[in-house]
Amino acid sequence: MALIDATDLSRTFVVRRKDAGRRSLRRRREEVHAVHGVTFSVEPGEMVGYIGPNGAGKSTTIKMLTGILVPTGGRLTVAGVEPSRHRTELARRIGVVFGQRTTLWWDLPLRDSFELLQKIYAIEPARYRENLDAFVTLLELGDLLDTPVRQLSLGQRMRGDITAALLHDPEVLYLDEPTIGLDVVSKGRLREFLRTLNAERGTTLLLTTHDLQDIEALCDRVIVIDHGTLAYDGTLAGLHGRGGSMRTLVVDLVDEAPAISVPGASVRRVEGPRQWLSFPADASAAPVVAAVAASYAVADLSIQEPDIEDVIRELYSRS
Amino acid sequence: MLYVAVATRTFRRYSTYVGATVAGIFTNSVFGVIYSFAYLALWDQRPDAGGYDGSDAVTYVWIGQALLMTVAVWGGGTTDDLAERIRTGDVAIDLYRPVGMMGWYLAGDLGRAAYHLLTRGIGPTVLAWLLFDQFDFPGSVQAALGFVLSLVLAVVTSFAIRWLVACSAFWLLDQSGLRMMAGALALFFSGMALPLVIFPEPWRTIALALPWASYLQTPADIWLGKREGLDLLAALAQQGVWIAVLLGLGQLVLRSATRKVVVQGG
Ligand SMILES: Nc1ncnc2c1ncn2[C@@H]1O[C@H](COP(=O)(O)OP(=O)(O)OP(=O)(O)O)[C@@H](O)[C@H]1O
Ligand SMILES: [Mg+2]
Repeated sequence: MALIDATDLSRTFVVRRKDAGRRSLRRRREEVHAVHGVTFSVEPGEMVGYIGPNGAGKSTTIKMLTGILVPTGGRLTVAGVEPSRHRTELARRIGVVFGQRTTLWWDLPLRDSFELLQKIYAIEPARYRENLDAFVTLLELGDLLDTPVRQLSLGQRMRGDITAALLHDPEVLYLDEPTIGLDVVSKGRLREFLRTLNAERGTTLLLTTHDLQDIEALCDRVIVIDHGTLAYDGTLAGLHGRGGSMRTLVVDLVDEAPAISVPGASVRRVEGPRQWLSFPADASAAPVVAAVAASYAVADLSIQEPDIEDVIRELYSRS
Repeated sequence: MLYVAVATRTFRRYSTYVGATVAGIFTNSVFGVIYSFAYLALWDQRPDAGGYDGSDAVTYVWIGQALLMTVAVWGGGTTDDLAERIRTGDVAIDLYRPVGMMGWYLAGDLGRAAYHLLTRGIGPTVLAWLLFDQFDFPGSVQAALGFVLSLVLAVVTSFAIRWLVACSAFWLLDQSGLRMMAGALALFFSGMALPLVIFPEPWRTIALALPWASYLQTPADIWLGKREGLDLLAALAQQGVWIAVLLGLGQLVLRSATRKVVVQGG
């Protein structure tokens, strides 16, 4: 059975805006379809990237998944129950990390926050010790346990937050922009940790991010949402095909020449002796390279793989 | 126990603000002295106003100063944290935890009250005992125990009212207007401005029946030995009834807030 099952999931917000231009106190009622008819399901053990541009509805979806926001339409079950009706019961089985907020107590040392969580989730003492030791080692938190949270750096706090979300052995972990504001090294370590978590404990991961490297490093599956509606659901590889993405052949000629003309590729840019040719990502590069080499004096060649960001930008602009 | 852990941690959190505490004790003491002389002058004119004598009046003043922060008459306490977390959206984190939110915040507020009692309660009281002959401690064990119980109920009553005010932030986003109004009402109807027993009828009867009487008038009357035996039990029972009503209401408001209203921020 699917762990997460969303059918036609929707959330509409009603906002009141002052009428522009008119000098009246009347406010116009306006509906914002933050999430609109989204259908997907997630199996236990999956790592799913939930991506989309700003305001797409990602955080709104996560809030509904945790049960703190009630859907206005459609059906949603997580671990067999409706989150908003069984919020506290479900809370024992899920973990949440918000990149922009902390679940830790600002004035308390990390250790105290963890101890409170042990009591909140009624974690068995032996299991608590074991988990704490494991995460403290994996996330290198040892020296920070006695530091008040407000004195931690963003990256340190994030590691604390992730530990806090995992102490009670949740089946599924939602991460809303977990890598926001982290440096490259911290991002790398965090990704590695999440991969280990999924491999060793089978924890299901659903993460939102604006950093596509997170997705490339972690997720076999991506769900793209835009303006509240589902734009794509499938493998990362499939997304390339979907976006009609192109590979680029960069040719350095011995001398400047007019635009190269070979079958199966077209010139996108010419700069002195260097030319950029693009051809479909699913076609082989060999015939194009051979054709160029046969007709021109070539000094150097290189191939650029399609950029996932371009693919997604393409997808956003079409939907 | 979780709630004990929450209470001790809030206690510890408040205890980090030593400077504020010292300044507060000083302020309470200054006001205590001023009010004591004012009340003595008043009771000189009307020696049995409200059934109090001069000594009762001075004692009442100092109980008031001791309870001002403990009961959070003006507002404040963990309910301010709640209102702030509603405004910023951090309440989302409170909401998805598998423990009742109200019990959580109440436990914290009791920890806060304990801290304020030990510092801003006991500090001025010691001074009163040194400076004013008229200041009396409870005359019996019954009065002393009754006072302690009544004080706990006072904190919970105040919490319940502050909770309702803070929850308004779910709809209004900002509790501050309502908080100020509630503070003014509490200041007047708790007996902090003037003892409720010297209000003219029918105001006296009305004020004594309202929940704010719990804040100061009821515990003070028990301390002064004005309510003994069955009457003491009736006083505690009245506090209990208001608590049941107000906490019940608070729970309802929280439930409707989480069903209808929205957690802010992405
Ligand atoms: N409480 C609210 N009241 C009104 N509109 C809201 C509310 N919360 C979100 N919205 C609207 O719903 C839409 C989706 O917001 P959401 O926070 O889910 O986006 P997001 O995908 O998480 O974006 P980001 O990448 O910027 O975090 C936005 O248009 C936003 O303005
Ligand atoms: Mg968001």
